[in-house]
Amino acid sequence: MSGQRVLAVRELTAYLQRLIGNDGRLANVWVKGEISNLRRPVSGHLYFTLKDQVAALRCVMFQGRSRNLSFRLQDGLEIIARGQVAIYPRDGVYQLYVAEIFPAGMGMASLALQELAARLEREGLFAAERKRPLPLLPRRVGLVTSPSGAALRDMVTVSRRRFPGIDLVLAPATVQGDTAPLELARALELLGKLGGVDVIIIGRGGGSAEDLSAFNTEVVARAIYACPVPVIAAVGHETDLTLADRVADRRAPTPSAAAELAVPVKTELEERLDILAARARRGVEHRLQMARARLERLVKSRGMAQPQQELYYRQQYLDGLEQRLLASWQRHYGAREQALQLLTARLEAASPLAILSRGYAVCRRPGGGPPIRHSLEVAPGEKVEVVLSQGRLQCQVDDVDGG
Amino acid sequence: MPEGEQLKFEEALQKLEGIVRALEGEGLTLEDSLAYYQEGIRLVRLCRQRLQEVEGKLQALLVHEGEVVLKEISLPGGEGYGA
Repeated sequence: MSGQRVLAVRELTAYLQRLIGNDGRLANVWVKGEISNLRRPVSGHLYFTLKDQVAALRCVMFQGRSRNLSFRLQDGLEIIARGQVAIYPRDGVYQLYVAEIFPAGMGMASLALQELAARLEREGLFAAERKRPLPLLPRRVGLVTSPSGAALRDMVTVSRRRFPGIDLVLAPATVQGDTAPLELARALELLGKLGGVDVIIIGRGGGSAEDLSAFNTEVVARAIYACPVPVIAAVGHETDLTLADRVADRRAPTPSAAAELAVPVKTELEERLDILAARARRGVEHRLQMARARLERLVKSRGMAQPQQELYYRQQYLDGLEQRLLASWQRHYGAREQALQLLTARLEAASPLAILSRGYAVCRRPGGGPPIRHSLEVAPGEKVEVVLSQGRLQCQVDDVDGG
Repeated sequence: MPEGEQLKFEEALQKLEGIVRALEGEGLTLEDSLAYYQEGIRLVRLCRQRLQEVEGKLQALLVHEGEVVLKEISLPGGEGYGA
């Protein structure tokens, strides 16, 4: 013991704390064991011991963590705990500071996946409000998949059937194996930067759960999240959603279904446009008809002292408007609009109401009938009605001068 | 094509639908309705044009000596149009 000095307890404890704290492996360990001596004080923290036949491990799970437990702990339950090993100086014991607890019996890979999924979820990668709408008509559709797989053929076939002229850009990537995650992420990044690509499908054909692992990696999930255009995941596994499925803006059960989401049916869009164009035209034609009907009604009901020629003039104005309508079907720029407005103004000015407002009046028999155009049409003593711009006069004829 | 350089298809379609609704409703004067109509027809033509603009290419994005290039490709055995 020569050369060594006597340590205070706290010094030894601090030394052990450093030793354990510097061990990377102890910072994140998975331990399996049976729960015993479980305590839940009012603080909300959980204290228990994990044990097997030969050893015991003191564990604490703080309230912030235990709040998120998806199942109820009890003594005797076998679990897997993930956490950090550290010294508790006051009692001079080491213990496991538990971050997460899973039921025993889960494989290591699925445990790690659950942990990753929980982390990405906390970061908001799966958030519903973050999902972007797909474009109605993409300029180009990006495809991230294997160049040799059935998925590519399916997506191309469906796209061509729905919209023969649609442009497709394949960013080839291996979809399984060690290099797959980075290749998939890189392909997404390149397509996102390319420009003119309005939606991307990342997909593969169906297969076993092992084949899906690339779509369950953090690098792929983050690449989808970072992609500047909406991404449709078509990983082809209906029971388990992959991380890619959960991050993507939309998911589809198969690559074909993804292509149906991404690519519109061209004939349907054309039909929609035809219907809109026809409705627009009917709307204007209806207005013209209304104007024409109004004009004719005015002329008749007011019994205007107008030669037939005047009526024809006004009808001609409306015909002119209709001509404009037809012309604008083909040529819709230039001075035509202005000419049209001028015509419309003249039409208004020439209306019978406008003439009355200038001080002219219409004379007719009481209760309507045609306008009286000649003085000899009435005899002295007869009653006539004079229609003014505002109101009517009921008059008796005193005398008649010839004309 | 940078964003905003031209009206997106769905934006044009939305505008067109608004114009048609206005034309079908009351409240537009005759001359306004003709102006609306002309704008509507312009949008119809724009949308139709957009439907024809695409070329039906199938390209692959490849990285060649650090440069991103697009190369025309075809599916082995041709494309299964009938499926």
